[in-house]
Amino acid sequence: MESTDHLFRCEAARMVAALTRIFGVHNLALAEDVVQDAFCRALEVWKFRGMPENPSAWLIATAKNRALDVLRRERTALTFAPEVSRLLEGESTLAPVVEELFAPNAIKNDLLRMMFSCCHPRLSEEAQVALVLHILCGFSVDEIASAFVSTHAAVEKRITRAKKVLAGSKRLFDITAPVDFSARLPAVHRALYLLFNEGYHGASSESAVRTELCREAMRLTALLLEHPLGTTPTTHALAALMCFDAARLPARVNSSGDLTSLFDQDRSRWDQDLLAEGLKLLEDSATGSELSEYHVEAMIASLHSTALRTEDTNWDTIVSLYDTLMTIRPTPIVALNRAIAVAQKEGPERGLEEIGAITGRDRLAAYPFYSAALGDFEFRRGRHDAAIRYFRAAHTIARNPMERRFLIRRISACEQSDTVQAFYERFWDRQLTAFKSRLEGTPEVDDDDLIAPA
Amino acid sequence: MSEFTFLFRGRDTTGSPEQMQKTMEKWAAWFKGLSAKGYLKDYGHPLEATGKVVLGNQKAVNDGPFAEAKDVVGGFSIIEANNLDHAAEIAKGCPILEAGGSVEVRPIQKLET
Repeated sequence: MESTDHLFRCEAARMVAALTRIFGVHNLALAEDVVQDAFCRALEVWKFRGMPENPSAWLIATAKNRALDVLRRERTALTFAPEVSRLLEGESTLAPVVEELFAPNAIKNDLLRMMFSCCHPRLSEEAQVALVLHILCGFSVDEIASAFVSTHAAVEKRITRAKKVLAGSKRLFDITAPVDFSARLPAVHRALYLLFNEGYHGASSESAVRTELCREAMRLTALLLEHPLGTTPTTHALAALMCFDAARLPARVNSSGDLTSLFDQDRSRWDQDLLAEGLKLLEDSATGSELSEYHVEAMIASLHSTALRTEDTNWDTIVSLYDTLMTIRPTPIVALNRAIAVAQKEGPERGLEEIGAITGRDRLAAYPFYSAALGDFEFRRGRHDAAIRYFRAAHTIARNPMERRFLIRRISACEQSDTVQAFYERFWDRQLTAFKSRLEGTPEVDDDDLIAPA
Repeated sequence: MSEFTFLFRGRDTTGSPEQMQKTMEKWAAWFKGLSAKGYLKDYGHPLEATGKVVLGNQKAVNDGPFAEAKDVVGGFSIIEANNLDHAAEIAKGCPILEAGGSVEVRPIQKLET
């Protein structure tokens, strides 16, 4: 049996999508009410009796019955989805049509329809992602606010506005029209990519929340792969990228709950099944002439994932892939990651040069891992004071306790190696003084000081 | 051992799907615990939120109950406990309390046969 961990949330998305298909996108709020009502009923009954054998079937049946009630009661007062409204008018067709619209395959298409509808060009990317999380992943406003480390009010405002745009779009996106489908697909890819990244690199300190976001993005991408128009090379590349990154999730946080950089991760903890799936998807993405940013990112991720140790990584190829990525998506973040790869290949001085040459570098100022990268480069070339300054700067803008602990460990690594260095310097100074005084026959240093360094 | 009716009051209809699932799981765990300890005589039943109230000499039939959400009886169970204090102690574990609801604990009068 499928895991029931987030059953309610998954079912909420399925039911809202199916009901919106029936009621029409302008009645989104009504669909949401019906779903909420189904959950209230489920809660009342299951509290006493426990979950039934097939909880999804129970919920779907409840939603279906409520939908029939609403359709019969409001038939004259409301207009429903233009695509099906005629069939809903006659009592003889009503029940069979609703039955058909709730069939598992129909619901899959409803989810896709909703996914494309949420990526409406009039909405900002942030609003699209929030809407996808809310409607297609069943996250409440508070849950989204906590995942994005934002306030309830800000997220609520964003979602309310986005829903207005969605409801005003008259009808759901038509996923059977190939031209429209291809035109909207990049926006859908982008929203799924951002959703995954919010989980992977995002600000929330709860790794459980972040893993959930990654999992939701992967679930929706898999849904896209199942659709004949959605299963493009680029969708495969995006899915591959998610697999490679998700495979590393178990090692990103070590046993004491601390963030671990890619270079220090215990690679035996990477999920081999996901890596294998990623490689398979990457292979499938290499058809046709499409070379998207996701292709390049997936290739970079695959090179990290297949290296047994950091020092075995093929940095030459990674740097040239970043060069390619810079031609497709020339952002400061991509340039920063490129500089880090250059530093791995050619040393920290070259890394610093590359960072210095990033256009729009000031836009990275609020990103803690920018200062952290500078700190790492300085540390590696032995300038510990400068490194500490950068790590402290990163620490002040770190977004959660996990990032702060990560940076504090970096700072103390600098300090410790400073202490060791100072110890050695003092040690050799004294050895030298002792040696000189012995030569001159005037002992100035106790023999006790001439101990070997620990 | 004596028998008690637990009347569960309060209805939370605003939670997110995830919260509702959590609430449901808490209830299931609570009932499971009661059952394992032999306190659960009868699960009882949930009640629909709406109904009719028939009132007074005139036998007026009204829709209702129109109590506030926190006062609506959402269901009942039959519990076996040593005494009233023990039963109240058992009620303290009920998840409805976390949602601002209440449990009314009422000893069941034994009828002589």
